[in-house]
Amino acid sequence: MMMRSRTRNYRLMVAAALLGVIVLLSALAPVLARHDPRAARPEDQLQAPSEHYLLGTDLLGRDIYSRVLYGGRRTLGVALLTVVVTLPGLVIGLVAGYGGRWLDLALMTLMDALLAFPSLLMALALIALFGNGMVQIALAVGAAGIPAFARVTRAAVIEARGMPFVEAARSVGARPEAILWRHILPVIAPPLLAFAGVTLSWAILNSAALMFLGYGGYISAPDWGVMLADGRAAFRVAPWVALAPGVALSLTVFAINLLASALNGQNGRG
Amino acid sequence: MIGFTFRRVGVALVVAWLAMTLAFVALRWVPGDAVDSTLTHAGVPADAIAARRAALGLNDPLWQQYVDYVAGLPRGDWGDSLISGQPVSELIWQNAGSTAALAAGALLVAVVLGVTLGILAGTVRWRIGRYAAEAAASLALSTPVYWTATLAIYVFTVTLDLLPGVGGSGVRHVILPACVLGFHTAGSIAQVTASSIREASVQDFVRTARAKGLSEFDILDHVLRVGLLPVIAVVALQLGFLLGGTVITETIFVRRGLGRVLLDAISSRDYPVIQGLVVLAAVVYSLINALADVVYGLVDPRVDMSS
Repeated sequence: MMMRSRTRNYRLMVAAALLGVIVLLSALAPVLARHDPRAARPEDQLQAPSEHYLLGTDLLGRDIYSRVLYGGRRTLGVALLTVVVTLPGLVIGLVAGYGGRWLDLALMTLMDALLAFPSLLMALALIALFGNGMVQIALAVGAAGIPAFARVTRAAVIEARGMPFVEAARSVGARPEAILWRHILPVIAPPLLAFAGVTLSWAILNSAALMFLGYGGYISAPDWGVMLADGRAAFRVAPWVALAPGVALSLTVFAINLLASALNGQNGRG
Repeated sequence: MIGFTFRRVGVALVVAWLAMTLAFVALRWVPGDAVDSTLTHAGVPADAIAARRAALGLNDPLWQQYVDYVAGLPRGDWGDSLISGQPVSELIWQNAGSTAALAAGALLVAVVLGVTLGILAGTVRWRIGRYAAEAAASLALSTPVYWTATLAIYVFTVTLDLLPGVGGSGVRHVILPACVLGFHTAGSIAQVTASSIREASVQDFVRTARAKGLSEFDILDHVLRVGLLPVIAVVALQLGFLLGGTVITETIFVRRGLGRVLLDAISSRDYPVIQGLVVLAAVVYSLINALADVVYGLVDPRVDMSS
């Protein structure tokens, strides 16, 4: 048991440190960047990494190092917004898990119907409705994540509802809202936090996928998904264009997955 | 058993019908439709647009459009593309083979790689070996298809010249895309397999087996029989991610297929095509998950299927 908790702490520390560095680098982008991330210099097109351009330049001669830093802000920003959009799932799950039989059945049937759509396909269909843009991507990807969040919350509430202290609270006549707020929420918070972490890494991958496919609207803005699309166009002669944003994206997702699994004490969903 | 199968498939069909209705309602909410976006921008006169809308049935009340659509589904009448006028079912049929080949290949790669990595991470005693398997699974989970694909084409096509990269539709052309798509999916299969095996290997029956002196190989056999069961459910769930992943994979490898059809339909707001594809995915996905439940019950004698 001792052994187990130590590896867990070790994981938690590595994940938090890695994530901290990534957030810090993105936050300090204006200080650390050496060039304007949007400024095109056609004469410096597809330069290999050098002292002047640390990670090289892309097809338009833009500095990849600066673009990766600024891209982190945008990619992380969209992903956080996406997680906020999935929050109605939390409310639906709480209501379904604690609201009585018929409400539960109605809400969960609706959620099951939504879960029948593969999430990326649902996000794409929603993009067809909302149009292109950064906020639209967050809305589309987030909405596609609501049913899964609702299902996980409901399962946690139902498990917590059967615990002896909840029964005790009910037997002394505590109001349902008070039981939900004071007794159930603290119990289900850790697993839901871990699930929110998994949702965050999933949100980064899916929103970057939509950016990659070109639904981000403003195309010259630095974004890891957009940069990977740029890299795909130039990789035969300049592999570094795709390398930097790809590594940044993978490291971020890896750190978040590690954090989520350390919080959960086990491996999360895929 | 037969009763359970019918009930489970029945539930899946109800869920698929609900999903279809949701897709129908959502896509009718949009302010502009394809007639607007194609004809108006082309400068077609207003009365011609009105005639086209009437011909497409867009002026009928919503409930009538819905009844027409649902009644048409079993007959294979999934509506026509607003852009080309081609029947949606024909469009899907022409492109389904390519996508099915990609998805099947990717599923094979994902299951073989994922289960192997999972068994290694769950059973190997040597610490470094176990960590290596775990790291490979995390790597697979954190690298999206649109990034590994570029890397794979650079390594296997441009540098090593082993496999064809973009374009083409032969068997050789499906290898690289299927490996790339399967690699990402293998990550979650490996993690679930590993944790399920770890859980199984501390059960009482394993202690009993060890106490009565069975060889480690026989014990592994006991563990895997129980530990690999949840993998069936995960594989079925991952199929949904796989269906989404084909869209991106087909784009990068410039393959024909349903993913390309979907992206084209989205950019031209061709709603009948989008609806047909989304509904098809929902039906396939629900039925496969129902099938996984039935298979699970067949394989695991502990599952009581009478209730």
